[in-house]
Amino acid sequence: MNAFSEIWQDFKNGLLVENPLMRLMIGLCSSLAVSTRVENGLFLGVGATFVLVCSNVIISLIRKIIPDEVRIPMFIVVIASFVTIVDLAMKAYFPGIYDRLGVWIPLIVVNCMILGRAEAFASKNPVIRSAADGLGMGMGYTIVLIIMGVVRELLGTGSIVLFENTIVTLGSGFKPPVIMIMFPGAFLTFGLLMALLNRLQNRVDA
Amino acid sequence: MGEIERYILIFIGAALIYNILLIRFIGLCPFFGVSSSIETSIGMGLAVIFVMTVASAICWVVWNYILYPLGVGEFLYIPAFILVIASLVQFEEMVIKKASPTLYKALGIYLPLITTNCAVLAAATESVKPGFLKLHVAYHFTFIEAIVYSLGVALGFTVVIIMFAAIRERIDVAPVPRSFKGYPIAFITAALMSLALTGFSNLFGL
Repeated sequence: MNAFSEIWQDFKNGLLVENPLMRLMIGLCSSLAVSTRVENGLFLGVGATFVLVCSNVIISLIRKIIPDEVRIPMFIVVIASFVTIVDLAMKAYFPGIYDRLGVWIPLIVVNCMILGRAEAFASKNPVIRSAADGLGMGMGYTIVLIIMGVVRELLGTGSIVLFENTIVTLGSGFKPPVIMIMFPGAFLTFGLLMALLNRLQNRVDA
Repeated sequence: MGEIERYILIFIGAALIYNILLIRFIGLCPFFGVSSSIETSIGMGLAVIFVMTVASAICWVVWNYILYPLGVGEFLYIPAFILVIASLVQFEEMVIKKASPTLYKALGIYLPLITTNCAVLAAATESVKPGFLKLHVAYHFTFIEAIVYSLGVALGFTVVIIMFAAIRERIDVAPVPRSFKGYPIAFITAALMSLALTGFSNLFGL
């Protein structure tokens, strides 16, 4: 396998085969909490992807000089610095969305997806492959957030609003079940999405 | 409002009305990860009560006497708190190992896992910036209130994870459709439990 297809493989891995949310079951908390709206999912997804790619690159660069015993605190400090950048940047440029995401931006630090990839991938692989892995994982995460956001926002409010423009609407005859944007709707959507994926997988395997 | 009355309100608000797992989706990784048996979930619950209360107390002191007076709180609180939590977990592990080998054995691997439990970071952050809670906007907890708050959060976590483990033990032996086996049905169960807890919302006007 040449270098390029190896990188492509690392990137593709995160999208479906090892999708962090659907397959590895990591980084769940934020995905359930913010998927009430497509917009929220998009912003948190982009923020997490940024942190994931940057921290993977830095950790991969310094992987040979970190003593094994203190690697976890080192990783956390690298991740926390990038999260602080996202935290302050989002507060400055998108204050409305920052308020809605609230505690979830600082909580990217302890999103197990990021520390998990640092530990499992970036600390063992060269820089470019780590960047590809970070990008793939981040996009896999963002895609699931957006799918959940579409389902919950459409069913829960009857329309999808993106940057204050209504994209899709189900018409005024549709009475939205509020439960979908409330807490139980998140668990329900995620469980059904996972069951659907399992079913497709079973079909393919059979 | 009397002193005691306020403590009780903060406690109930933190434990039930804004339950950290089912209403706010924080700390879900251990919620699904270690809830496969009642025993392990009791161990995890005890470890969380211990770490969360002490971490919040220390972070409150760090914020109010170091970060805030120096004016660096806004951009240093994430790395500072996560370092407090990580070193605290390590420290507590050593102390418990020395002082009470039985407790150490009971807590087992759950102690180190707590570092990446976002519930601890969330409780610590909120005990200095309770605005996140939408309970007391622009309100600052006193030291005792911060402890009452984090104790409430931790107890809410423990009660829910033990109940969830009890239900999952039953579901394991029930006939479930093939695509729903394992995690998907656990999510549907969580949805129903979350639905039950929404019944507490607006209690005491919180």
